[in-house]
Amino acid sequence: MVSLGTINRFGLGASGPEQPLLSIKDWLASQLHTTDKASFTGVGSCADALIMLRTQRTNKMQGDPLIKPIFQAEVTTQLNNVLTSQQPFRERLAWFWFNHFTVSLRQGSTRGIVGAYMREAIRPHITGRFVDMLVAVMQHPAMLMYLDNASSIGPSSPVGKRYHRGLNENLARECLELHTVSPAAGYTQADVTSFAAILTGWTVDMKAGRPGFAFQPGKHEPGEKTVMGQTFPEGEVGGLQALHFLGTHPATYRHIATKLVTHFISDTPSPQDVSHISGVLHDTGGDLTMASVALADLPGAQRPPGKFRSPMDYATAVMRALSLQDISTQPDDPHSSSHTLFSAFAALGQPLWTAPLPNGWSDLATDWAAPADMLARTDWAWRMAAHVRSEDPMDIAHATLGPALRQSTVTAMRQAGARQDALTLLFSSPEFQRR
Amino acid sequence: MKIHRRTALLGVAASWTLGSTSLALAGQTANLNDPRFIVIILRGALDGMAAVTPYGDPYLASHRSPLLLPEPGQEHGMFDLGGFYGLHPALAGMHELYTQGQLLPIHAVAGHYRSRSHFEAQDYLESGADERMASGWLNRAVMALSHSQTSGPDGYGLAMGLTVPLLLRGKARVGSYAPAGSHHPDADLYNQIAALNANDPLTGPALRSALKARGFSEVVVGTRSHQPQAGKGPKRDTFTTLATAAGQMMANQKGPRIAALEIGGWDTHAGQVGRLNGPLGQLDRGIVALRDSLGAAWNHTAVLAMTEFGRTVRMNGTGGTDHGTGTIAFVAGGSVAGGRIGGTWPGLKPSQLFENRDLAPTTDLRAVAAGLLCEHMRLPEHQLAQIFPGELPTPLSGLTRVT
Repeated sequence: MVSLGTINRFGLGASGPEQPLLSIKDWLASQLHTTDKASFTGVGSCADALIMLRTQRTNKMQGDPLIKPIFQAEVTTQLNNVLTSQQPFRERLAWFWFNHFTVSLRQGSTRGIVGAYMREAIRPHITGRFVDMLVAVMQHPAMLMYLDNASSIGPSSPVGKRYHRGLNENLARECLELHTVSPAAGYTQADVTSFAAILTGWTVDMKAGRPGFAFQPGKHEPGEKTVMGQTFPEGEVGGLQALHFLGTHPATYRHIATKLVTHFISDTPSPQDVSHISGVLHDTGGDLTMASVALADLPGAQRPPGKFRSPMDYATAVMRALSLQDISTQPDDPHSSSHTLFSAFAALGQPLWTAPLPNGWSDLATDWAAPADMLARTDWAWRMAAHVRSEDPMDIAHATLGPALRQSTVTAMRQAGARQDALTLLFSSPEFQRR
Repeated sequence: MKIHRRTALLGVAASWTLGSTSLALAGQTANLNDPRFIVIILRGALDGMAAVTPYGDPYLASHRSPLLLPEPGQEHGMFDLGGFYGLHPALAGMHELYTQGQLLPIHAVAGHYRSRSHFEAQDYLESGADERMASGWLNRAVMALSHSQTSGPDGYGLAMGLTVPLLLRGKARVGSYAPAGSHHPDADLYNQIAALNANDPLTGPALRSALKARGFSEVVVGTRSHQPQAGKGPKRDTFTTLATAAGQMMANQKGPRIAALEIGGWDTHAGQVGRLNGPLGQLDRGIVALRDSLGAAWNHTAVLAMTEFGRTVRMNGTGGTDHGTGTIAFVAGGSVAGGRIGGTWPGLKPSQLFENRDLAPTTDLRAVAAGLLCEHMRLPEHQLAQIFPGELPTPLSGLTRVT
């Protein structure tokens, strides 16, 4: 039987009494071998949203009137999946990979397309090969706009020469540093510049009937380029080859293995754990299903909770524990569970799709356990607990924590004078903060 | 199996605003002399014998000598209520009301149910039944009153706080109001949370530091033990703020006529003598704030403060009391026939205790509520069956002065 500890560590927080009669590994695999059951309603493609963005710009419309409804619909449908998912490990992976390839609303006018980015570039690839996700990301308008590559122009290209424009290294640098090989690979500034030149011409065509990714040769830096000792030809193919080189590089496998283990197992991943996962990636050509399921092999997978819940994890777990999972069909309904969760992410310090920097949200307890953040959790949980009207708090405690529930928490809950207080104690207990 | 619920979440913070007339009201006929009814739920079980102490009962000291405060007339003593009962010294404002004939404590009350589970008992208390219902008796009263009154405003219930308590949930539309700054737990709950996390290397220091930053004392954030001053939060008294806001809204000619408020912190299993000062003080200041903010309307107001059950007559092993049965209810207001103690004292001889541990209940709390609804709110008695299902209580009479 899958323990509640496993359900919490690899899922979104236990909800209800279901505990599948499977091994950890089979439980994880069963969620990845079946199709993605997440459903998305009321949302369109990236191109649809870019048409709206273009219309806003052309007509100088103020206040994002066409983009706002798209964003609300994305929040509603995506968070409904988070609240109700029966494939919680798959859902966690989707958010993990989104964070790995962070796009943030803080820059790049990505508000209308960040949701589409997650649905189009991330989700389809979380059970496929890493390099395919990498290419999908690097060719998605959201990433090209967020990290400025859409406006990077080869200085010796026709457009560059005519308008005296040049490189923007932002995406190339972050791709090397954050998305693939990491500084451990020992690349140089020359490699960054060269990779940026390779990616010139990878842009977003806003004028097309279906706006989206386009390779524009007129902006592409001519000639061969060399990155980390490898030479790549001119043209779009050079970029695809470079991404294939980086996306299957041993340093990349080691980097993403470290991030997977850090995310699911421990803030301080052991070298053995990292080697095991990176070995699987290496042996399978970067198969993310195999690598994800291999997390079950790690000794830490069966140990008591070892990870501090991030605000997203925490708020999601509280709402699932309280069965606050009603699906609203009204994207602008401020009382819907998805909007409550959206507000909670912000109130607890992790606003949705708004990471401060391209390295995404931290996976370390020390970054989430600041005094004010802890109190914010308690205050928010207290407000949520007020909505529980009939369930026995002790039943919720056992159903969500199982053996991890400490006697001192049980005692405190038993002595609580109100249902709301008992649940606040549960959600403020050290064990509920962890997964 | 999953429970899917449609729940209104947050966003209710200001369905009403002070001084506004956002309520849909039935015309301009609303009368400043309309009766007002306010219910205060004391969540967690108030020890009635600590609030109104029967110091004249010869068996009292044998059960709970360490819990007893000095008798009336002594230093820091209770206020005398006619020679047999003493009122807790934290209730100075309520004592003033008592001397003016505007406070009526009723002793040895209990709901019709016999449950010692907070959650069950609170549900029953608010349902007005021996089972959990989907609506509360006060909401059903709002429904009945708005049907029976032709000239008054309809749909005039008001819940003070972030959520509507079961007491006021139901078919009748009710407003809710929560002022900014009232959106977090009280000091006592913070104290317990700090204790739960005390030994955690990550969350323990973080919570201590955060609570200190918010103005809580070392005692609250540092230890498990309840010192006499423990539970003192920051200066702001949320309940007084809520009570003032409720009073101002209800004083308005077009404002609500029925409201519900709640105070927690009554579950005094340990260190009861010190821990009761906080919530009793809140209740006292809150009732005074209601009187002051209602102004002239106070003369047409009845306040009922009630709790889910009482506490054991005997002190337990940790200077507190455990879940019991009979307790106190307070009725206050300008038209209340107060200045006396209502109810029937059951006595404290061991053989007189309920199940040899609790104050034996002699008055059904629903009879008190029914009495106020019929006499004060002028609800026709035949409508009580809609409000209190099951065995009908006989409404108590004489709770208010006939005006």
